Amino acid sequence: MSDIPLVSELRLKFGEGIIDVNLEAIDEWVEVTPDVLVDVCQFLKEAEGFRFDMCNSITVVDYLHTDPKKAAKVDWEPHLEVVYHLSSIATKLTLVLKVKIPRWKNGVEGDLPTVPSVAGVWATADWHEREAYDLSGVNFLGHPNLKRILCPDDWEGYPLRKDYEMPLEYHGIRGR
Amino acid sequence: MASSKIDDPRVIEFDVRTDEMLINMGPQHPSTHGVLRLVLRTDGEVVSDVEPHIGYLHRCAEKIGENLTARQWVPYTDRMDYLAAMNMNLGWSLVIEKMLEYDLPERGRHLRVIISEMGRIASHLVAMGTYGLDLGSFTPFLYGFREREKILNLFEEACGARLTYSYLTPGGATADLPADWTGKCRQFLAEFKEVIPELHTLLTTNSIFVSRTAGIGVMSAKMAIDYGCTGPVLRGSGVYHDLRFHGEERYTEMYDGYVFDVICADPATGKYPESNYEFHGDSLDYPEIPRQAVLGDCWHRFYVRMLEVVQSVRLVEQAIEKYEATSGDWGTPIKLVQKLPVKEAYMETEAPRGQMGFYVVGNGESIPWRVRARSSSFCNLSVTAPLCQGILLADIPAIVGSLDVVMGEIDR
Repeated sequence: MSDIPLVSELRLKFGEGIIDVNLEAIDEWVEVTPDVLVDVCQFLKEAEGFRFDMCNSITVVDYLHTDPKKAAKVDWEPHLEVVYHLSSIATKLTLVLKVKIPRWKNGVEGDLPTVPSVAGVWATADWHEREAYDLSGVNFLGHPNLKRILCPDDWEGYPLRKDYEMPLEYHGIRGR
Repeated sequence: MASSKIDDPRVIEFDVRTDEMLINMGPQHPSTHGVLRLVLRTDGEVVSDVEPHIGYLHRCAEKIGENLTARQWVPYTDRMDYLAAMNMNLGWSLVIEKMLEYDLPERGRHLRVIISEMGRIASHLVAMGTYGLDLGSFTPFLYGFREREKILNLFEEACGARLTYSYLTPGGATADLPADWTGKCRQFLAEFKEVIPELHTLLTTNSIFVSRTAGIGVMSAKMAIDYGCTGPVLRGSGVYHDLRFHGEERYTEMYDGYVFDVICADPATGKYPESNYEFHGDSLDYPEIPRQAVLGDCWHRFYVRMLEVVQSVRLVEQAIEKYEATSGDWGTPIKLVQKLPVKEAYMETEAPRGQMGFYVVGNGESIPWRVRARSSSFCNLSVTAPLCQGILLADIPAIVGSLDVVMGEIDR
């Protein structure tokens, strides 16, 4: 439920940093580059008239078809999308921010892709980013305490990746 | 003499200084509400640092959601907040309906208000009872569960289950309410209204309870918002925000034409909305706020829940009348293999523990591409660490209990 002034103000302030805006989607979203993410968030939190003071959710969507037949049919390259759902208690507005990143840093499997952390903007991002790191394998740069939160510390792999395979065994417990 | 120095009592006192100690609380500690583990750094009785460890109930429900159709995932939402499963079903149903742009018939809308507000009463009764239990008083627990049992009986009659209902599904509900259900519900409400003052006497104004909770764990409005706290935890800090009023249109229109208050103290005056709760024809005032209580403390969070129960009773009373006055369809559930469009939708509802959000990404198949549950307790619990610094060890159960977390929802 963001309105047009917000988008034009973001465009004016961040120019190239705003990659795409979709106002036709069910929840309007704005896609930004990782470089300007923290600045955009800080601006959204403080800008008069918008004041997105609450970060409701941070989540990662993995776009990858493991089936080559299906992969041939889609028009996107494999990538990850970090989705930020913001809302405002002061103005009752909502907004979705998106950041697209590669599945692996520089294409090296096992090297986690990076996104700057917004834990300094909203304290609630701390746990949400830990969860996103834990389940989807995204390295949030500048996070104060980036470690697994739901899975055990010695868990291997990132369960919400589309190509994840449940381990056969974990400390003697059968996995599958 | 060389030993005279050691015999000096001042030196001995200096020698037996207390060390910092790491204490492990949980995951099976009764006052941690399930399987929450807290690692406490203590110096004597004073806790300097708390680190919550969660994930003992983690089932990766989100991954399971990527392998099931929208309707098949409904039972998994039950198992998140198992004390308010109806409200979880509602949140998931609404987000799927939002995605499919499906509009619910009016009768179904009132049915959902009845069911979700009854769920809220049941959930707050457990919150009240177990909070008493955390602080060492067993009786309120029994009173709370006695009343909750009656609600469960009603739910059982409506859908056959007592804890995990899967009753509200995308598209409406699995069945209409049985004949004469509303009559029984009315009878329950009449009986329950008599009990509310009893519940207040047991805890709200109990001087032991007040001294354990008032002025403990004070959270400012700014801190509550920053940590993403929602629901009674947020309103207990004096933030006027309730999604039933301020949420998305698709959700607020469910409550169109209903009269109720958002329970939240005015930060300027510290006063709650006037009581409009009638008891034997007289308006009954809410119990007074004790002198020691500070806005945003454990007592206020508890009080908000107690008053919300009254508002839910009001809502159910209105909803039953509206439900009976409308005829027709209550909403047919969507097909089991209903295809989801290539769109994404996010929606939050006001569950008893706060704002429960569901995010779903479709890719043209009946199985969603990605499912996400934003848990209210997850955010509410994240505030424990900053809230528990420099407090006494015995206040930890008081603070964690006042947040009213359900681990099934946190770990998903």
